[in-house]
Amino acid sequence: MDDAKPTGVSRRLVIKTAAIGTGAAIGSGAIQGFPTIWAQTLKDIKLLHVGESYSAIKDIGVQASKDLGFTVEIQAVDQNTQRNRLLTQPKTIDINDMSSFQIYYLLGKKVVQPIPVAKYKYYDQTVPIFTKGEYPDGRKVSTQGIAPFSVQYYADKDGSKLAKAPTEWLTGIPMVYNADTLGIRPDLIGRKITQWKELLSPEFKGKAALVDNPSIGIMDVAMALESRGDITYGNKGNMTRAEIDKTVEIMTQFKKSGHFRAFWTNFDQSVNLMASGEVEIQSMWSPAVTAVRSRGIDCYYAPLKEGYRGWSSLLMPMAHLTGIRLDAALDYLNWYNSGWQGGFIAKQGYYSAVPDTAKKFLTKEEWDYWYEGKPAATDIKDPYGTLMEKQGVTRDGGAFLDRMGNIACWNTLMDEDRYLTKRWNEFVSA
Amino acid sequence: MKLPPQLASWLQVGPTALLLIAFFGLPVLVVIAVSFFDFAQAQIVVTFIWDNYIDVFTSKVTIQQYLSSLKFAVIVWVVTLVIGFNVAYFLVFHVRGLLWQIGLFLVCTVPFWTSNIIRMISWLPVLGRNGILNQTMMNLGVISHPLEFLLYSDFAVVVAYVHLFTLFMVVPIFNSMARIDRSLIEAAHDAGAGRFRIVWEIVLPLSKTGIALGSIFVVTQVMGDFFVVKVMSGGQSTSVVSALYNQVSAMQYPPAAASAVLLLIIVTLMVAGILRVVDVRKQLAA
Repeated sequence: MDDAKPTGVSRRLVIKTAAIGTGAAIGSGAIQGFPTIWAQTLKDIKLLHVGESYSAIKDIGVQASKDLGFTVEIQAVDQNTQRNRLLTQPKTIDINDMSSFQIYYLLGKKVVQPIPVAKYKYYDQTVPIFTKGEYPDGRKVSTQGIAPFSVQYYADKDGSKLAKAPTEWLTGIPMVYNADTLGIRPDLIGRKITQWKELLSPEFKGKAALVDNPSIGIMDVAMALESRGDITYGNKGNMTRAEIDKTVEIMTQFKKSGHFRAFWTNFDQSVNLMASGEVEIQSMWSPAVTAVRSRGIDCYYAPLKEGYRGWSSLLMPMAHLTGIRLDAALDYLNWYNSGWQGGFIAKQGYYSAVPDTAKKFLTKEEWDYWYEGKPAATDIKDPYGTLMEKQGVTRDGGAFLDRMGNIACWNTLMDEDRYLTKRWNEFVSA
Repeated sequence: MKLPPQLASWLQVGPTALLLIAFFGLPVLVVIAVSFFDFAQAQIVVTFIWDNYIDVFTSKVTIQQYLSSLKFAVIVWVVTLVIGFNVAYFLVFHVRGLLWQIGLFLVCTVPFWTSNIIRMISWLPVLGRNGILNQTMMNLGVISHPLEFLLYSDFAVVVAYVHLFTLFMVVPIFNSMARIDRSLIEAAHDAGAGRFRIVWEIVLPLSKTGIALGSIFVVTQVMGDFFVVKVMSGGQSTSVVSALYNQVSAMQYPPAAASAVLLLIIVTLMVAGILRVVDVRKQLAA
């Protein structure tokens, strides 16, 4: 580097910072606990949180900025864009928010950094599904697919390998998670749907839909095929080539016979398919079910005998963060599970990794409805105050443990992912 | 100051040539280069292999996708050509007065004031099982059950394409027709030619340039689309580009590049074929 120039620049910077610092010190004597200059720089920090639309919600960033004294900006992108950015332009992201299983794409790439357990304030209060692979009542969580626990810890501080048992290094702060099942239109179907095999029932020919995502779509079909007794899988979340072949073969027959009305790619499509009556039974996310219901159309997130398909997300600082920016990022990560966010997303039907803190941001009636599975004592509203459920209604599937406690398989990235993607593409163009 | 003629032409060609080299030529070269690379998970490995092309040519899916895209291209081309030619003919030969012509021509472009996506999505409530069309026909007693093939089908894809791309046919044909010397038509009329013969022997040949240009627009757009197919078929049909898009999403750039090169070659051949039938330059110069 040239010797003369940087000195000039940095001297100017020093003067400028000092001037701002003084200004701030005079302007607001209220900043406590930090030296003035420190507070000033903290205030100037802006962190960009990037995730998919279901978790990257602007309101959370606004509240975090208010509570933390620096700016958290939230940007929602689609999964592919996010993965591309993570790997090719990691510096355009500060905080990465993604499905837990996607950690496999990042191993050894040095784009995100491990979080020391000691820095995570709510570790002991975090639901043991994440930290121990157990339910609060001590039962073991299903290990089919990629269970949250299996991707929660790194083996070392380099973060190049995952650990099978708890270590001092977290891959991320556990954030939202939920139990997914099939969405149905009870008004059009007119009878009880209690098993996954109904997805492939001839009754719904031309009225069933799947999510157009190889690993999730095939798993919904696998649940149905297992429920029909056609195939018994070793691990639905990590199929062998033979299992993939057989599943895709059967799916293709169904597709050719006109069983599927559509394969949807985004939230709105799934809502519209259901609301318009094009489809009566399909893969669906919980808020999509709510969105259909909020239009006054009956839609039910059916609890099924074979169990749910679970998923979870992680929040992690990017590797390029250091010093004060890293401190701020860790502050934000801790803030994330400190309650406000948990209360917010509970009203969208998702669960918080630290329910104890979320509880403080919910009314008793809301807590009873969302977590306890009790009939709503009052009308239930979404985070924006729009009516979601009338008084007296019980949450589809019931209480937290009835839903999360009955996960059959987790969202996944199979070892044979490339083969699966290839076969899925053949299926879609068949 | 007078420039030597050669320098003058170089200066005239220069800016466009530079732009094309920088923003088209070089990127294409990069794509071609990458199409010979290998890839690991989320990484490009610099080497030289034919595997990407071998995969493309030996995959049943690729052939299906090309056939499907070509099928859509041909159907949409025929339909937009028939509609486009008739609309242009009506505007040029039946509408009296330049003001009316321009006015009606602008009316044709009204739908284009909204976005492509909105124009496409708007078909969903029209064609759906409980959509406007089915409801209306059922109320009129024309059908007893809703027609399922209207939406999430090849039919729906074609409807959307035709709606989106017909104007690209109308505009160049309108332009060609407007330049036809009316005295030719009067002469043919005086010589006893009927309306159909006039269209067939005078208007059609003299509109060839517009038809060729319109065809290029429509065919290349259909071949390069993946979004309309995806939405209107309900994800049940794929196009050449949707496979390419999936590969890019999975960060498998080399095979995506190979597909892109192949598509480029095929579309270039199609355009060359159209231009071979109609010498656009000669017609435009005339």
